[in-house]
Order: sequence, then C-alpha cells, then structure tokens
Amino acid sequence: MMDLCFTGVGVCTVVKIRILNRMNYLLGAFKPACNVLITFNDGKNRKQVPFKKENGQTVTVPLFQSQENIAGKITIEPMQGKKIDHNGVKVELLGQIEMYFDRGNFYDFTSLVRELDVPGEIYERKTYAFEFSTVEMPYETYNGVNVRLRYVLKVTINRGYAGSIVEYQDFVVRNYSPPPQINNSIKMEVGIEDCLHIEFEYNKSKYHLKDVIIGKIYFLLVRIKIKNMDLEIRRRESTGSGTNTHVETETLAKFELMDGAPVRGESIPIRLFLSPYELTPTHRNINNKFSVKYFLNLVLVDEEDRRYFKQQEITMYRLQEETS
Amino acid sequence: MLAEGFEDEDKWLAEGIAGIQHNAFFMHRALDENNLRDALKYSAQMLSELRTSRLSPHKYYDLYMRAFDELRRLEIFFKDETRHGVSIVDLYELVQHAGNILPRLYLLCTVGSVYMRCKDAPVRDVLKDLVEMCRAVQHPIRGLFLRSYLSQVSKDKLPDVGYEREDGESNGVMDAVEFVLQNFTEMNKLWVRLQQQQGPGRIREKREKERNELRDLVGKNLHVLSQIEGVDLEMYKDTVLPSVLEQVVNCKDELAQFYLMECIIQVFPDEYHLQTLETLLGACPQLQPTVDIKTVLSQLMDRLSNYASSSTEVLPEFLQVEAFTKLSTAIGRVIEAQVDMPLVGAISLHVSLLTFTLRVHPDRLDYVDEVLGSCVKKLSGKPRLDDNRATKQVVALLSAPLDKYNDIVTALTLSNYPRVMDHLDHETNKAMAMVIIQSVMKNNTYISTADKVEVLFELIKGLIKDSDETTEDEVDEEDFNEEQNSVARLIHMLHNDDPEEMFKIICTVKKHIMSGGPRRLPFAVPSLIFSSLRLIRQLQGQDGDIVGEEVPTTPKKIFQLLNETIEALASVSSPELALRLSLQCAEAANDCDLEPVAYEFFTQAFVLYEEEIADSKAQVTAIHLIIGTLQRMNVFGVENRDTLTHKATGYSAKLLKKPDQCRAVYACSHLFWVDDQDGIKDGERVLLCLKRALRIANAAQQMANVTRGSSGPVTLFVEILNKYIYYFEKGNPQITSSTIQGLIELITTEMQSDSASALPASDAFLTSTLRYIQFQKQKGGILGEKYGPIKVHIPA
Repeated sequence: MMDLCFTGVGVCTVVKIRILNRMNYLLGAFKPACNVLITFNDGKNRKQVPFKKENGQTVTVPLFQSQENIAGKITIEPMQGKKIDHNGVKVELLGQIEMYFDRGNFYDFTSLVRELDVPGEIYERKTYAFEFSTVEMPYETYNGVNVRLRYVLKVTINRGYAGSIVEYQDFVVRNYSPPPQINNSIKMEVGIEDCLHIEFEYNKSKYHLKDVIIGKIYFLLVRIKIKNMDLEIRRRESTGSGTNTHVETETLAKFELMDGAPVRGESIPIRLFLSPYELTPTHRNINNKFSVKYFLNLVLVDEEDRRYFKQQEITMYRLQEETS
Repeated sequence: MLAEGFEDEDKWLAEGIAGIQHNAFFMHRALDENNLRDALKYSAQMLSELRTSRLSPHKYYDLYMRAFDELRRLEIFFKDETRHGVSIVDLYELVQHAGNILPRLYLLCTVGSVYMRCKDAPVRDVLKDLVEMCRAVQHPIRGLFLRSYLSQVSKDKLPDVGYEREDGESNGVMDAVEFVLQNFTEMNKLWVRLQQQQGPGRIREKREKERNELRDLVGKNLHVLSQIEGVDLEMYKDTVLPSVLEQVVNCKDELAQFYLMECIIQVFPDEYHLQTLETLLGACPQLQPTVDIKTVLSQLMDRLSNYASSSTEVLPEFLQVEAFTKLSTAIGRVIEAQVDMPLVGAISLHVSLLTFTLRVHPDRLDYVDEVLGSCVKKLSGKPRLDDNRATKQVVALLSAPLDKYNDIVTALTLSNYPRVMDHLDHETNKAMAMVIIQSVMKNNTYISTADKVEVLFELIKGLIKDSDETTEDEVDEEDFNEEQNSVARLIHMLHNDDPEEMFKIICTVKKHIMSGGPRRLPFAVPSLIFSSLRLIRQLQGQDGDIVGEEVPTTPKKIFQLLNETIEALASVSSPELALRLSLQCAEAANDCDLEPVAYEFFTQAFVLYEEEIADSKAQVTAIHLIIGTLQRMNVFGVENRDTLTHKATGYSAKLLKKPDQCRAVYACSHLFWVDDQDGIKDGERVLLCLKRALRIANAAQQMANVTRGSSGPVTLFVEILNKYIYYFEKGNPQITSSTIQGLIELITTEMQSDSASALPASDAFLTSTLRYIQFQKQKGGILGEKYGPIKVHIPA
C-alpha cells in the first residue's frame, strides 16, 4: 500500500505566471513596401484550427501532420507604383521552441529553405509556388505556460540596405498515434494507517484526448468523515534541464466524484469525459527542452477541510479522429 | 438556541428557494431560446442549491420539490430534439460534463428518463447506468432525494410485460426489477446511515423523527415493485422477496426493519405472501431484538385471514402451504430470538395466530389447542400475570375460540385451555369464567358428557371455589350473587338424554359444587337437585321398558346422592332451603313409589324444622310447605302416614301466633281428606281439625279483646267457614248444613258485637262467602239441595 499524500488546510492555488516575450518589432514605423500573401494549395479543404498568437489574438490556421507535403503559393504584390529591389526571395519552414524565461530565444529544431527568386526587382504582383515534401514534423504544436512550440512558414525578401521584408504564416501540427498495444489499467490500494484505506482503479493508463476515464474507488476502511471527493486532471510542464528546470503545474479539471461520507464497502463510480478539457498529448523531453505530463489526482476532503490525495500519471495521446 | 436554529433554517431555505428561482428564470429564458448550453448551465446552477447540508429533511423536501418542478420543464425540452439539435445519446454524455456531482446526476437522470422512452433505447443499460452512477452521492439526505428522483422519473418507463428488447434475449421485467431492487437497497442503506450519524439525547430523537419522515421515500420502491405487472409469483419468490429481505435483515436497523416488513406485507398481494410464507417468516427471527415483530406478524396474519375469508377457493392453498404450521413455528422462533420481548408481546402474537387459525381453519381444533399450548409453555414457570396488558391479551386469547365457535363444548376439548386460564389472576379468572358461562347461556349450548362437565368446572373453578388468595370481604356481594346465579343457571345447561351419562354429569357437578363452601352451596344446590329430579322423572318415564336391576342408574341411587347433597346444604345453615328441597325430593320419591326414601326425606324435613328453623315466620312457611307436600303423598303406608301427619298437626298447633296456629291447623285438615279416588277420607279427623281451628280462632279473638280492647276481625272465622263449605261440598259426612249454619251465626254474632272495628276486608270476605251459598241454593241441583237448609242473611 502506498501512502496517500496529505496537505494542510486550504486549496493550493496555482499561480499562473505567463511571461510573454514580446518582440519589439518596429516594422509598424514604415509602411510596408509590398503585401506578401502565403496560401496553401489545399487551403480550402484543409482543416483549420484555432491558434492563439503571441499577441493574444486567436486566428484560425491550417492543420498539418508530420510527413505531409506542405505546398502553396506566395504572392508578392508591391505597393502601387513601387518596385522592390531584392537580393533574393526565400521561404523557410521552421519548427521552433520558444522558452519564455529565456529571453525570447528560439531554438529551431527544423529548418527547411526554398529559394524562390534570384536577386532582382519586382514591379508587379508575382506569384511563386513552393513545396516542402514529406516534412518531418515530429513534435506537435504546443502552447504552454513557459514554453511554446510552433511551426511557421517564413518568407523573406532580402533587401540589403533597407532591411528585409519578412512575412510569417503559422500553422499547426498535430500528430496522431494508434491506440497503444499495451494499455494496462491503473489499480492501487492507498491509505493512511488505521484511518482511510481505499482502492482505486482507472481503466487505462493511456488515454486519448476525447477518451473517457472509467473507474471506481472502493472504500476499504473509513474512519474519517469525508465531505467529498474530486478527481483532478493536472498538467505538469517542465522546461529547461538540470538546475535550470522550471516546473509548472496546472489543474485543468476539477471533477467532483462523490458527495458525502461513504462507509466501508462502498464503491464509487468514476466516469470522466475528457473532451471538454483542453488537453494535449503527453510530451516527453521534446528536443531536450521541455516535457508535458498529465496526472490524475484523486482528492478526498474531510469535514475539517483536510485534503488527502494521490496522484497518478497518465499518458495522453492523440487518436486519429474519424473522418466522417 | 434551538429556536435560533429553526430560524436559521428558514432563512437558509428561503435562500435556497431564491437561488432556484433565480437560476430557473435564466433556464426558462434559455429554453425559450432553445439554447442548450445555457439551459444546461443554469439548470446545473439551479440544482447546486440542492447541495446544501443545512436543511432538515422536511425543509430539504420543500427545496427538492421546487427543483423537481423545474426539471419537468427541462425534460420536455430534452425530449424535443428539434429544439436543441443534439441526439439523445450525445445529450446523455453532455450532461455528464458538469463538474459537481449532484447537479450532474440530477441532469443525468432527467436525460436518462427521456432516453429510455426512445424507440430502441438500451433501456437495460440506461437503468443500470443510472442506478450505478447515483452511488456517487453518499450523503444520506441528498442521496435519498436523488434516488427518489430517479425512482420517480423512471417508474413509468420501466420495461414490463410486453416489452421486447431488440436483441430479444434479455428479460425486460427482470431488468426493471433489478433496477428497482438496487435502488431500494441503496436508498435503504442511506436511510439507515442517517441514524448512525448522530449525537446523544435530543438530537437523537430529532433525527429519528426526521428519519421517519423520510421512510416513504424508501418504501416507495417496494410500491413500484408491486406495480410491475411482470412481477409474478415466481419472480417474487425467486428474486424480489429474497433480495428485499436480505436488505431488511442486513441493515440491522430497528426502524427500517419494522417499517419495511410492514411495507412488504402491505404492498404485495396476499397470495404471494401465502406462497412465500416460509421465506417471509424466516426473516423475522433474524430481525433486531427490539423490532416490534408482533405488530408485523399480526398484520400479516390479519391480511392472510382476510384473504382466506375472501373466497373459499383459496383455502386449499392455505392447507397446501401449511400456513399454520409455518406461522406457528415462526412465532416460536421469534419469541425465542427476542429474549427481551415482554410477555404481553408474546401473548398478543399468540392471539393473532389464534385469530388466524380460527378464521382460516375453523375445523382444526388441534391447531387452536396447539396455539394455547405454546402459550402455556411461554407462561409456565412465571408467576401469575400481574401485567394488565398481558392479562388483557390472555383474556382475548381465551375469548377468541368462544366467540368463534359460539360453543363452549368446542373449547372444552382444548386440553390447554384451562392451563392458560390458570395463569390469570383471580379476578380475571373469574371474569373469564363468567364469559364462558355467558357464552353457554347465550348460545343455549347443552353440555352433554361428564368429561366435558369436568373440564368446564375446571375452567370455572374460580367461581366454584374460594381461592387461596382472596379474602371474603374483598368480594362485592352483588357480583358474588350474580356469579353464583350464573353457575346455578349453568348447571341446567348440563344435560344428556342418556340417564347413564346424565347421572355421571350429576355426580361430577356434585363433586365440584360440594367444595364451594357455605356461601356458594345455596346457589348451586337447588339447580343440582332439580336437575337430578328431572332425571328421576325421566327414568321413571322409562320404567316400563327397562327393568331396574340392569340399569345402574336407579332413582334410588340418585336419591342417595340427593340426600347427601341436602345434608351438606343443611349443615351450612341454609335450613329453609334444605327443607324445601327435601320436600321436593320426597315428592319425587313419592312419584317413584319409594316409600322409605320419601319417608327419609320427610324425616329430614322435620328434623330440619325442629332443629334449625327457629324463626316463627319461617316456621309458618315451613309447616305449610310440609303440610302441602304431605297432603300430596300417596306412597306412605298407614303407619308412616300417621306418624307424619301427627307430627305435622302437632307442629301446627305449636306455632307461636294464634292466627298462624289456626291457619296451620285448618290446613292440616287436608291431610285427612285427599280428594282422590283412593285418597284418604277421614271425615272425623277433618272435623276435629276444624273444630280445633275454631277453638284457636276463638282464643285469638279473646286474646285480642284482652290486649287491644277489641276482638279484631273475624277473618279467621270466615276462613274456617270456607273450609267447612269445602268439605261440605266434598261430601264429608261430618260436616252438615247445621254445622255451617251454626258457624255463620257465630260469625254474625261476633261481628255485631264488634261492628265498630270491623274491617271492610273481612266484611267483604264474609259477604261473598254468603253470597256463594245463596248462589248455590238458587242454582239448585244436588248441591243446591244440599245447601237448602242453610239460611243466610246477607247484610246490606
């Protein structure tokens, strides 16, 4: 039997400190010399998902998965009556990890380049086709507390003297996993000596994002007056490594399982639908930069507001949604 | 402090209601707009008001009902998919996203009830799911109400007979039953738990009261079960009852056990009870020792006996299942199991069983006896009852067979009946004996064997004998007389046409009443005597057919017995009564031609007269009785008769008062003139008597003259005149017309000499006597001629 953790009075609240690293673009000072438009070939059919930009705005962006071809067109349209002198036009596909506490440094784990044009001048609207085929994008887009993983297409019109014109297009990558071969249930007897013994069971150890957690809690011994029992879903995001590790834990769901004091022999059912919550797959040591783990935290509260809890890790994965 | 608590509670309730109304308002708006999201949100918030722990069940119910009404509207909305556009299956999931358990489950039940009504819905799975999920509420009151809601919304959707599942394999009724049973079990657990979480004293009482208010929530489940048409006997027997009982027994809670047992008995049909009697009764001894099982069992037996009397067709069923044996065994076990059960409880159980037996098996006296027997067993080893209620129950127990059979004879065959009576205190015992006697009287029951008589007297021995415990002055005279009169009446109800048996009966009665003591004998003996005399007459009537020798019962024997009886009576100073009875016996003996016997009785009568009767008035009465009886005797030979008549006349003349003497003496004249064909007709001695009477009358007249200055009325003379006239008419040769004439004149003279004090009565008497003579004269004929010479002058 394992010990059940125990904390003092009161609910620990997680202080969310979101350090937003805002880059001080001064682009707004000048009128852009041209419009750059990035479109995807299958843009009309491709699924669009909401995406939260750095400035807090939510936009919808196309969704890709690893090994897809990312192809499209880039249109550059100079302002009326202006020409653009450039030292070449290129498009890059970047996979970046951004640590908020690390002063806005990006770590590109993927960087692909396509040269679109040799140096020259653009007088009028000009369209370039581009294609990155079967791109390896092993990591999913992630927007966490301290870390962000994003994919972006970056178009650069290189101008030596006047500063290059750069245009970004975000897109989201989600990778799907097949149902795991082995998916054992989590079953454990925990308690406090002569006070509370319970046995809980979650039907799986690996859940997909729209899964349902089924389980039960069986009360073997109850000598305290329990007021209620909750099941929490907690996300632990750890960034950095070694002494520099930052750990941030969020409670994403607080789901009441039981009301009132059970007696010995009672068995309380668990059924928690995961779909309402904004969960991501479990990320383990992404590019040695960060990890995201999920835990189920079973919390029992007694009449004096003492909390008894037991935390169990579960693995989250993204199951291919049925195309219907 | 407590009052403050109540006020607070009202405040909390008001707050809760306000919360519900507030959220219901927004919910209604969302419903009007067909906005599912908001509807769910506000309904969940509304239901959150039910999460309160601060209200008593009563107040909580108020809150619950308000939420309940609102949920009806939500249900209607859920039903109409076109309004919210979500399939019922999705809706079923959607409501489960609610973070708080209580609102979540209320919503789930609501959606579930809609779901079940859909075509091809997996009703079984939904039911199972709902009842399982509700486990999450472990708070007793909230849990009870939640499950009550579940029961309420599901009861009209339960699969019943005619329900067919799409897969066709599972039994819809069974699903429904399992669902209700599980809900029942869980509710009962919660209900019982309410009792456990409590403090001492007043809080405990309050809790118990609150719990009682909630009991119907639990009991309703049983009602739902009984309403499921598909619950036939077999299913009831195999599934429903065992499960329910298991829960009842296991919950080990007094209140719950009592209530639920009652519930089971009330909600399910009698027929089922009858067929599952063993199971049902088997549970009784397993209940907590404090449960009032007797009420439960009494109700059961009441219902069963009503059922039995509803139609004769069901009676064979009772026999088939051996209902009585089972009930009886169960009662035995219960009594054994509940050591602390007061005696009154045990006895009232027996009363119920007896009532049941009497109604269901009126023909099975052995059953009745068995019940009484086991009651005796329970009572034995205990001192007489001093508990009023227990006594009452015993009386009820004893009265029941009497009322039923209207026939004490039946009760007499019950060997345990007297043994039960023995346990009553003296007063009650007597009262019971009275009941028995009254029953005999009311129903005109003749008790016709000596054995039964024996038993009967055993039963009423409280009336027959003095008990050791009572002292005489305790007894109210009037009551005593009434009791003894009843016993006397009872003796007349002991009858058998067979002389043999009748004699035995008489012997038995005698044996018993002889032990009654001086105060009782005068009541009982006359009845016995007359009863015996009746037998004698009966025997005499048969005399022609049976020759005396062969019949063991002869009048002689009976007379012997009577003799003893009367002696006994005489010895307890009721000489007058003894004398009368002696004379009665003598007369009977006369009819039987038993001279010695008759003589013996007369002797006895005379002895009594001489030795025991001292009061002069009593003497007068006695002597007249003796004379009257003796006059009718024709069995005596001359010698005996002479002796007796001599005695009688002798005593007559020795009476104290002259008028008494006079009257007795002229009465004696009849002893010598029996107006029969071969009766004695000794005219001379008649005249002697009359003359003597006249002399005495004269002496009386003179005495009156001396003492009061007037000679007083001539009544005596007129009476004697009448005697003369009587004998004159009967043809006594010694009485002539001139004798009469002389007497008339004598009277007239007497009257004239003392006309002042003449009484109108004696005047009238004389006048009518004279008129009679005149009438006879005028009428003519033989008699008229006889009267001829007499001259009468009727005074104006």
